[in-house]
Amino acid sequence: MIEFKLPSLGADMDEGKLLQWKVKPGDKVKRGDVVAVVETPKAAVDVEIWQDGVVHELITQPGTTIPVGTVMAQLIGEGEAPPAAAPAPAPMAAVAPAPPAAPPPSRHAVSPAARKHARELGVDVEKLTGTGPHGAVTVEDVEQAAKGAPQQAPATAAAPPTDKALAMRKAIAAAMSRSKREIPHYYLSQTIPMQRAMDWLTARNEKRPVAERLLMGALQLKAVALALKDFPDFNGFWKDNAFQPAQGIHVGVAISLRQGGLIAPAIHDVAELGLDELMKALADLVRRARAGSLRSSEMSDPTITVTNLGDQGVDEVFAIIFPPQVAIVGFGRVAPRPWAQDGMIGAVPAVVASLAADHRASDGHRGARFLAAIAARLQEPEAL
Amino acid sequence: MDAEGIGKVVLEELRRIAPELEEVEPSKPLRDQVDLDSMDWLNFLVALNERLRIEIPEADYRKLGTLDQVVAYLSAKAR
Repeated sequence: MIEFKLPSLGADMDEGKLLQWKVKPGDKVKRGDVVAVVETPKAAVDVEIWQDGVVHELITQPGTTIPVGTVMAQLIGEGEAPPAAAPAPAPMAAVAPAPPAAPPPSRHAVSPAARKHARELGVDVEKLTGTGPHGAVTVEDVEQAAKGAPQQAPATAAAPPTDKALAMRKAIAAAMSRSKREIPHYYLSQTIPMQRAMDWLTARNEKRPVAERLLMGALQLKAVALALKDFPDFNGFWKDNAFQPAQGIHVGVAISLRQGGLIAPAIHDVAELGLDELMKALADLVRRARAGSLRSSEMSDPTITVTNLGDQGVDEVFAIIFPPQVAIVGFGRVAPRPWAQDGMIGAVPAVVASLAADHRASDGHRGARFLAAIAARLQEPEAL
Repeated sequence: MDAEGIGKVVLEELRRIAPELEEVEPSKPLRDQVDLDSMDWLNFLVALNERLRIEIPEADYRKLGTLDQVVAYLSAKAR
């Protein structure tokens, strides 16, 4: 039997509310199919399944808020026989989290993120009263306990977040506070001449109808992805006190939302995409992020993040890493800047690229070379 | 389509991108007022192209600083 659990859709997600099942018992599903829609503080996310099978039982009821890791459904895997009239799981067992491998299951519902955080802060979750849905212990409960502050009264399970903007800010606050608390950031920046890239882009777009034009942001994403092939130590995660390199290069794109807040879903396998494909993927991702229609793999898979605040006129970005990633690359505006070449000073279009990286996973020397590799890639736009 | 009709289309497409938009000062810089980033701007031009069947070369972007300028530019091209 396959257990389908609520996946973590980013470091800032502790729990989610099941809005809708997209399948019913008896349906065949295959890897990558969307089986449910789950509301997180940042978006309604189409949750995909990662194994083939047949839906046996839907455990979680729509409208229920559950911690990450909760078993939401059971599926029969290929070659498995459906269970005989076995004792059915208790209805609404969904409120109990999936038993973690270690430590042994708690009598409390505790989200995996809260449990991990409790271990780090030396807090005994067994002694806490959960204020999450159905009494689940949340990261916030752990933090309150660590500070010795009194816990808030438990919320009722029926109380949905009434203010989406507030929920979004809380999610960002949790992730960014964790990042600044846990990750020893170091920051580097490099001014990159962009004349060649600008000329190439202008010439290319000149021949294209507006719907087929590229943005400089697509070139920058591709340059970062290609540079990561040579610097894989910036592409991955810091977990269990070690750097774990990622298998693919899935670049998270920081997207600001018009109602406030931001989200950083991934474009998969960026290094393998042609610029036209990448531009299409970027446009589609931005559109769906702003419409609140993202897929779970896009939320959970970023292996690095790129943020571009050039449109807002900033020269340089000092970004904060999205944990458990180990690096974020920022781009400011492309603008004319004084540049010395062949003994002459002139004005050339240039951009400041910055790197914030996790010093546990890499050192400044490697970071500097990574930035230089991005700069070099942008000098050969035709090869992107 | 006359300038009034084009102005209506332009505002409709701006509101599709920025639903929170209330009023636009027609003679002030558009992208600052509506907070349009590069992707929003491109999407805006794609939408205008689709609805009005008017090509807007990238070299002409600098002529499209304000709402008045956008409407004037498209009206001239529509003739």
